[in-house]
Amino acid sequence: MNETIRQQIVISGVGGQGVLFVTRLLAEAAIEAGLPVFTSETHGMAQRGGTVVSHLKVGPFASPLIRPGQADGLICLKAENIAAHGPFLHPGGWTVVNSQADGPGHVDADRIACGLDDARAVNLLVLGFALAAADEAGKPLLFCSPADVQRVLQRRLAQRESALKRSLAALAAGASAAKVAI
Amino acid sequence: MTRKLMMGNEAMALGLVENGVSLATGYPGTPASEILASVAKSRRLRTDPIHVQWAVNEKVAFEIAYAGSQAGLRTAVSMKQVGLNVASDPLMSAAYMGTAGGFVVISADDPGPHSSQTEQDSRLMAVMAKIPVLDPDSPAAARRMTAMAYQLSEAFRIPVMLRPTTRVCHSRQDVAVDAEVLPGREADFKRDPLRWAATPKFRLKLHGELEEKLARIAAWPETAPVRHNPAAGGRRALVASGVAAAHAREALASLGLEEELPFYQVLQPFPLHTDFIDHLIADYDEILVLEETVGVIEMQIADRHRTRGKWTGAVPRVGELLPEAVFARIAAFAGRDVDVPQLPAVPGRRPTLCPGCPHRASFFAIRKAAPKGIYTSDIGCYTLGMNLGAVDTVLCMGAAISQAAGFYQAYRHAAKPPPVIATIGDSTFFHAGVPALIDAVVQQVRFVLVILDNRTTAMTGNQPTPASGVGACGEPLNAVAIEPLVKGCGVGFCRTADPYDVKNLIKLVKEALAYARQTGPAVVIARHPCVLEEARRTGRPPGPPPVVTDACDGCGFCVERFECPALVMNAEKTRVDIDPILCVGCNVCIQVCPKGAIEEAKDR
Repeated sequence: MNETIRQQIVISGVGGQGVLFVTRLLAEAAIEAGLPVFTSETHGMAQRGGTVVSHLKVGPFASPLIRPGQADGLICLKAENIAAHGPFLHPGGWTVVNSQADGPGHVDADRIACGLDDARAVNLLVLGFALAAADEAGKPLLFCSPADVQRVLQRRLAQRESALKRSLAALAAGASAAKVAI
Repeated sequence: MTRKLMMGNEAMALGLVENGVSLATGYPGTPASEILASVAKSRRLRTDPIHVQWAVNEKVAFEIAYAGSQAGLRTAVSMKQVGLNVASDPLMSAAYMGTAGGFVVISADDPGPHSSQTEQDSRLMAVMAKIPVLDPDSPAAARRMTAMAYQLSEAFRIPVMLRPTTRVCHSRQDVAVDAEVLPGREADFKRDPLRWAATPKFRLKLHGELEEKLARIAAWPETAPVRHNPAAGGRRALVASGVAAAHAREALASLGLEEELPFYQVLQPFPLHTDFIDHLIADYDEILVLEETVGVIEMQIADRHRTRGKWTGAVPRVGELLPEAVFARIAAFAGRDVDVPQLPAVPGRRPTLCPGCPHRASFFAIRKAAPKGIYTSDIGCYTLGMNLGAVDTVLCMGAAISQAAGFYQAYRHAAKPPPVIATIGDSTFFHAGVPALIDAVVQQVRFVLVILDNRTTAMTGNQPTPASGVGACGEPLNAVAIEPLVKGCGVGFCRTADPYDVKNLIKLVKEALAYARQTGPAVVIARHPCVLEEARRTGRPPGPPPVVTDACDGCGFCVERFECPALVMNAEKTRVDIDPILCVGCNVCIQVCPKGAIEEAKDR
């Protein structure tokens, strides 16, 4: 077990966007890599279109929640949530955000999703972008690779061929957007 | 060793199945809902049968599981904290009578509250009932504590409460899954009427026995507090339980206090171990207690001048004890001056009914039919009808009907009594609405009840209702239809309509109001399946969005009064557009637009 990897990531969006699914894919990728993992999720009424936030902690942690000022990264499916959840980041923490504006870590996933004719693919587009993105030194942002998450998807959606195809396409489209951005 | 990502609720279910549970019941409620469904899934680990069932409410669920324990089986009942209020009657009595097979009561608390009416602490219910309670800090601990709970229950013949909070229930953690699985037992009820049917005289004796049990449980080594850092010294100690203990472990590590500040984790907050209380008072001058949500541990530490916690005001009494709050309290307690970043208070997005939700159409029709009404409502997705101005009160399960009766009586002698319209969901109606409706019939309460029948328990994740004819494991069961039940309560007006036909529902609610004014309770059943459940069940993609024509002048009526998230006013406030990502093509907005500016898609 690789105990040296420690990463705390906040995943933010609104109910119905698939924040839980993104969290779950990353957590399972961590388990496949033999890493301890902890997540915390929003359930219940907020899932009806309210603000939703997940915490993902990879490495030897005891608590399911991330303290403000401690997160390494923020994956944000709704740009308006940056004000609320940006302060989870530590100084120098990275952000990947679904946004129409230009900027580092910005990806217009709503537009790309319409282009793919798959409106519900926004979550995987942003995840694909985050998986392919790297910091200024060229180091990947996330603890796992696009191939790791593809494997999780292949296992989870093994019985559902068309859903798997759509999901992999969204992940790949997000990744190519990241390459253009870099 | 195989490790699997498991939600706290799944981990507890696995613990129950591994430890020989033979009968598991519950009523859905966030954050406890997934426990029972996960028992249903994990039951395949066993070769012997497990009866898994959703009950009509928590009281019934409790009593079924308790009888299983009286018959010698290991049983469990799960619910959310406010559900335990409903089950409190059998809980108090079961504590006196005791158990035969191990009996675990899982009551999930919701500090925050994230999805509940109150932040009440189930551990206080354990204090009131005089039963032991265990307080897990993680999914893995919650699973281990199911085994501990069964041992404790059988060692002392007492119901044991397992009290997870939202952050245990809805956290996921990697959990080792290949443990030994104990089979269940054969039922073997031993008659003992002096215990199982005790009269008040014998209850006094049972109460005495219960006190003796509690004294021995407060000395039981298996559930004693854990000291995390035996080498740490000094005259100050930290005591924590549940998720607060998990936050505390990380806070101590980041403050470099791991080997400095003595840290005790309480596993069994009630009864607190007697030796532990003596040790704290003998060895420390100051004791900081971190727990959710009430100071239950703190209350039991007899020396008021040494404790710092909820009762002394050192720890906030309201809201979730977040890691930043735990960090700040520990730092201050240890005399460290540190900067603790906080999240800004940014208003988030409010939850709304889903696009295409049939409740939205029902609320729109109710407000149209009785614009000056008093609208009592109930617990479920449809609480969100307040966004449409069609929900004035929400108290607790079933109260929509009794509160409607109360408002009717309050205004009965007024010159112009307002119409009273109650809304209640199908599952909530079965849960606690039926006795209230019988009462309203007897008292000739002149009100309209709209049963929002979406054929499921939607808010908590689409569990079946008594009308579904399906069990917790997907097995076919009998179904109880709502219409004959309503008529059987003595209601003279009971009609059913599809809320998607808004005009028809408005007409029907008006007819019901006319009937109620003359006669007594009138019931309208607004029946249309939950869109989420339908999409999942049929796998059908949503229909094409309707089209907004140039007749739209941006009046905003639909946005304000229909409040569908898919209807979006443009920035200039001149026109409403339909968000194709959110719209499910229910086409109800076509009937809502006063300008006739929304039309069905042509390529349909």
